[in-house]
Amino acid sequence: MAATPWESELTQALKEEFGDQILEFSSYVGQNFLVAKPEAAIPILESLKEKHDFDYLVDITAVHWPERPEPFDIVYVIYSFARNERIRMKIRIPEGYKPRTAVPVHLTANWLEREVYDMFGIEFEGHPDMRRILLPEEWETFPLRKENSILKMDQRWVQENLGIESGQ
Amino acid sequence: MADTFLDSTELVLNMGPQHPSTHGVLRVILKLDGERVLSTECVIGYLHRGVEKIGENRTWQMFAPYVDRMDYVAAVSNGLGYCLAVEKLLGVEAPPRAQAVRVILTELNRIASHLLWLGTHALDIGAITPLFYCMRERELILNIYEKYCGARLTTHAFRIGGLQYETYEGFEKECLEFCDIFEKKIDEYEELLTGNRIWQQRLKGVGILTAEDCKEYGVTGPMLRAAGVKWDLRKAQPYSGYEKYDFEIPTGQNGDTYDRYIVRMQEMRQSARIVRQAVSDIPAGPIMAKVGKVIKPPAGEAYVSIEAPKGELGYYIVSDGSTQPYRVRIRPPSFVNLQALDKMCRGALVADVVAIIGTTDIVLGEVDR
Repeated sequence: MAATPWESELTQALKEEFGDQILEFSSYVGQNFLVAKPEAAIPILESLKEKHDFDYLVDITAVHWPERPEPFDIVYVIYSFARNERIRMKIRIPEGYKPRTAVPVHLTANWLEREVYDMFGIEFEGHPDMRRILLPEEWETFPLRKENSILKMDQRWVQENLGIESGQ
Repeated sequence: MADTFLDSTELVLNMGPQHPSTHGVLRVILKLDGERVLSTECVIGYLHRGVEKIGENRTWQMFAPYVDRMDYVAAVSNGLGYCLAVEKLLGVEAPPRAQAVRVILTELNRIASHLLWLGTHALDIGAITPLFYCMRERELILNIYEKYCGARLTTHAFRIGGLQYETYEGFEKECLEFCDIFEKKIDEYEELLTGNRIWQQRLKGVGILTAEDCKEYGVTGPMLRAAGVKWDLRKAQPYSGYEKYDFEIPTGQNGDTYDRYIVRMQEMRQSARIVRQAVSDIPAGPIMAKVGKVIKPPAGEAYVSIEAPKGELGYYIVSDGSTQPYRVRIRPPSFVNLQALDKMCRGALVADVVAIIGTTDIVLGEVDR
């Protein structure tokens, strides 16, 4: 199975508005997604919300692909109550790139972006409160990066704060 | 100097993580002006176990029991969402018989989850009796689970592709008996609470979240429906054969704590209705689709979500074609819903915070993962 092109009125409208800012419209196992340039992410979210009724940001997450020149995918899952339609938007970013925050468009992005930062170390530009959310503030690693093994993740913190040799 | 003196009227109160009304290890830092809440800040993560990282280090089947340990009072729903997501990537569908049994167990699970919520929520408000009643009826559901798969809470009831176990002798009868008992008992709970003046005064107009707020904060589930939005994934994007069953989506108007209570009570009645329909017509046939002993979904990704008792539970899974997930992202309803706590608490009284946390129906195992 390979991804097939996705064409609809929505993709037409987005193509007209954003042109080559959107790299790909695809569909896989019946689910539609688009791949955009990193700087276009927030304008697309805004346009989807204002013009196309995609008023519910379901999730923001990331995937780490260490071998790629742009090692991180950031994935936005967006839903429209009016159209009963769910789509995904993906951006690919290099190490150290700071994507703009989606908080001004959807308030729910606040904690979701904090979790992405907590797990991957991706900072969001303009986020009102860019701190770790699940892990302790003094934690040093970003666990969901592929180079971090599940074992022996932050020995120093465990030894200092829990008084035990190892968490395993 | 005078300014600092005036500023000192603001009081910071630390609630939790060890606090009976935070339903686990939630810590809320309250900024107070007298009895009024100025703002709240949630500190979470005390129960973080790195479930998503564990997923990348287990095979597809081995990870299934882990998801039960997120929302541990609704383990069956968690398992259903995960199985559906992997099935989507594999391109298989569970056989009709497995789907019907899945619906029965999931709806019983919704009742069990809501019963635990009702009991503890009422306890928080000061009504102790409903807790015992709710636990009594929940026990009947847990007994059915125990007979079916040997476990009561973290059941691991479903497998990728269908079911591991056939239903036991008398399964249908026991489910129907439960519905008979439960439908009478739920009237009893309502007699205790719904018209109760203290209950109404504590809940009405407290913690209002409008439909617009809900969409802004991504709040789903009973909280969204209490704000008047008739949206339920079982109807909007049916899965596992929900389109075959006849049921209503209860909604409220005000989006306050009382409406959320009403919505959840109605939902339990509707769940019992679905159980009745599903039990009376379980198709015959196999319970497992054709999936290999080694599960290797083709490289690709999918986002699949279900209507869990607390809201939209989503799994975004990425496969690289190997026997282990490349990435499992879990979109937990409790985590997202909890974010709206600050919005609901501002301007409320300290005592209302307990009611509002209760009505958000969070499970910290799912918030922290």
